[in-house]
Amino acid sequence: MTTTTPTVRKPRKIKRGGVLGSTGLYIATGIAAFLFLVPFYLIVRNALSTDAEITGENWKFFPTDIQWGNFTELFDDPTVPFAQSLWNSTVVGVLHTIGTLLVCSLAGYGLARIPYKHANKIFYAVLVTLMVPTAVTFVPSFVLVSSLGWVSTLRGLVIPGLFSGFTCFLFRQYFLGFPKELEEAARVDGLGYWGAYWRIVVPNSLNFFAAIATITFISGWNAFLWPLVIGQDQEAWTVQVALSSYMTNQTVNFHLIFMATAISILPLVFVFLFLQRWLVQGVAQTGIKG
Amino acid sequence: MSTTTTPGVAKSPAAAQTPSVPRRRGIRGRTLNFWLFTGPFLIGLVIFVYIPIGWSAYLSFFEARFTVTPSEFIGFDNYKYMLTNDKFVDSLVTFTVFAAIVVPITWALSLGLALLVHRIRFMKAFFRSVFFLPTAVSFVAASLIWKMSIFSGVRFGLMNTVLSWFGIDNIAWLANPDPPWYWLVIVTVRLWLQAGFYMILFLAALQNIPNELYEAAAIDGAKPGWQTFRYVTLPQLRATSTAVILLLLVAAYQAFDEFFNLLAKTTWGRPPLVELYYTALGENQDYGAGSAGAMILTLLICMVTLLQGRIMGFGRGEESK
Repeated sequence: MTTTTPTVRKPRKIKRGGVLGSTGLYIATGIAAFLFLVPFYLIVRNALSTDAEITGENWKFFPTDIQWGNFTELFDDPTVPFAQSLWNSTVVGVLHTIGTLLVCSLAGYGLARIPYKHANKIFYAVLVTLMVPTAVTFVPSFVLVSSLGWVSTLRGLVIPGLFSGFTCFLFRQYFLGFPKELEEAARVDGLGYWGAYWRIVVPNSLNFFAAIATITFISGWNAFLWPLVIGQDQEAWTVQVALSSYMTNQTVNFHLIFMATAISILPLVFVFLFLQRWLVQGVAQTGIKG
Repeated sequence: MSTTTTPGVAKSPAAAQTPSVPRRRGIRGRTLNFWLFTGPFLIGLVIFVYIPIGWSAYLSFFEARFTVTPSEFIGFDNYKYMLTNDKFVDSLVTFTVFAAIVVPITWALSLGLALLVHRIRFMKAFFRSVFFLPTAVSFVAASLIWKMSIFSGVRFGLMNTVLSWFGIDNIAWLANPDPPWYWLVIVTVRLWLQAGFYMILFLAALQNIPNELYEAAAIDGAKPGWQTFRYVTLPQLRATSTAVILLLLVAAYQAFDEFFNLLAKTTWGRPPLVELYYTALGENQDYGAGSAGAMILTLLICMVTLLQGRIMGFGRGEESK
């Protein structure tokens, strides 16, 4: 009896680190969490206040009267074409996600699974593009897109971004690990590559597709540099470009600007509430390779 | 569509000849299938990645203001111009300072958060979500909150309000480069947005450290806390740490959004991409010099990623180490 008790106690000690240690742990985590939430608090507070309260003499922690009217005021204001930009971002985000997934997953599958004598060389040609982040080459891309006449168009916003070498690479790695037996069974049933891909591979990979879709949508929705370069006309602005323009406007309407910011973040909050599992999975997957 | 019926097509010649014919048909079918799957992507990759870079390399040797089809060949003059241009050189200095601050701090903070969340039992998922939540916010939205609310230079900005409680005067966070308070604003935005992302990577790595290592360390007399962290946890995280640092470096290199939005209309604190934006798309629309700048930046980043490949084993998993 006496000899067994210490061996039981020892691992426990290591794990817990004492009551004091764990209190300190919670205090540190709590403070960090509080600081991380402050910006969200500021968005909500400012979006639902009047300008007078935001800029007032004393700091107001919460608006005296919650100004739900700010919401309608934002969409009624003709000087701020926010609705248009919201629509543009939605269309761009959805098309960007669907297009990227379609094009890159097909290519990834082809590179992973279909034997072809030059497949390796082609794969290296894809890998080389990973060395150069697209942001660095925005000048050359703009030169090309402007000579195609795609400036300030939906095409110009969406199409150049679809061909992500990185996403293709992720899909290839994923399909390399996909169980071959499933496809072979499909082949025996007389399906070609195309049929096996759509009937067997895709339906069995929905988790991976969802993870990549979530990440792709968020990065598309949040993209700024390319939409700024392409969106020369106000009609082609995305939400991010619109928000950016408010910061440099002559007249500053704090409550409207923050209401716009709140709305721009809303879709992502939904993603968080309902798709967080895939988002975390996607981050883990994309982060490891970078 | 014909590809899906390959077995059916192959049947008729196979009946008359040796089995080698259907095999060749099979290879041709495979080649066709390969291009069917990869073709759309590869065509797009050539048009929207390879051609722009090639075109830009071409433009960088020409006098190309307001035009993308120039005629005046000027050799390396655009490169000379960019490399002797104070603004461009300054932007590289700005990047260096920025990276030197933001990379180690983000590394430390994300690792710290991961350690906290990893050890916590109660409300673990909640805290993980809180730290991860900012990852979904755009740089533009975050810059807006930072510029218009937290670090607003006027009295009702949050920081100035808090400072006033301690009797400290308002600080013009962004509007004055001396003292350079703008670095605090720039760095904290990125920290808030990115720390959660890297925390997830560290959390995944922490979960993979076998518990036996800690037990063995305890038996060897390592005290829980710093000693265990220094001699067990940290070495086990080396691969992830290296990856995170390189990712942070490449991300810092591409910094644009927060500098552009926070420091609009100022002349200080311009990283390379912002400088390039004003060179190529500003008043002069100098595509030649802009392209030369893009080429220089591309070469620099290639060097970094090649280094990354050396360290991490490019295109392979971490098991190759």
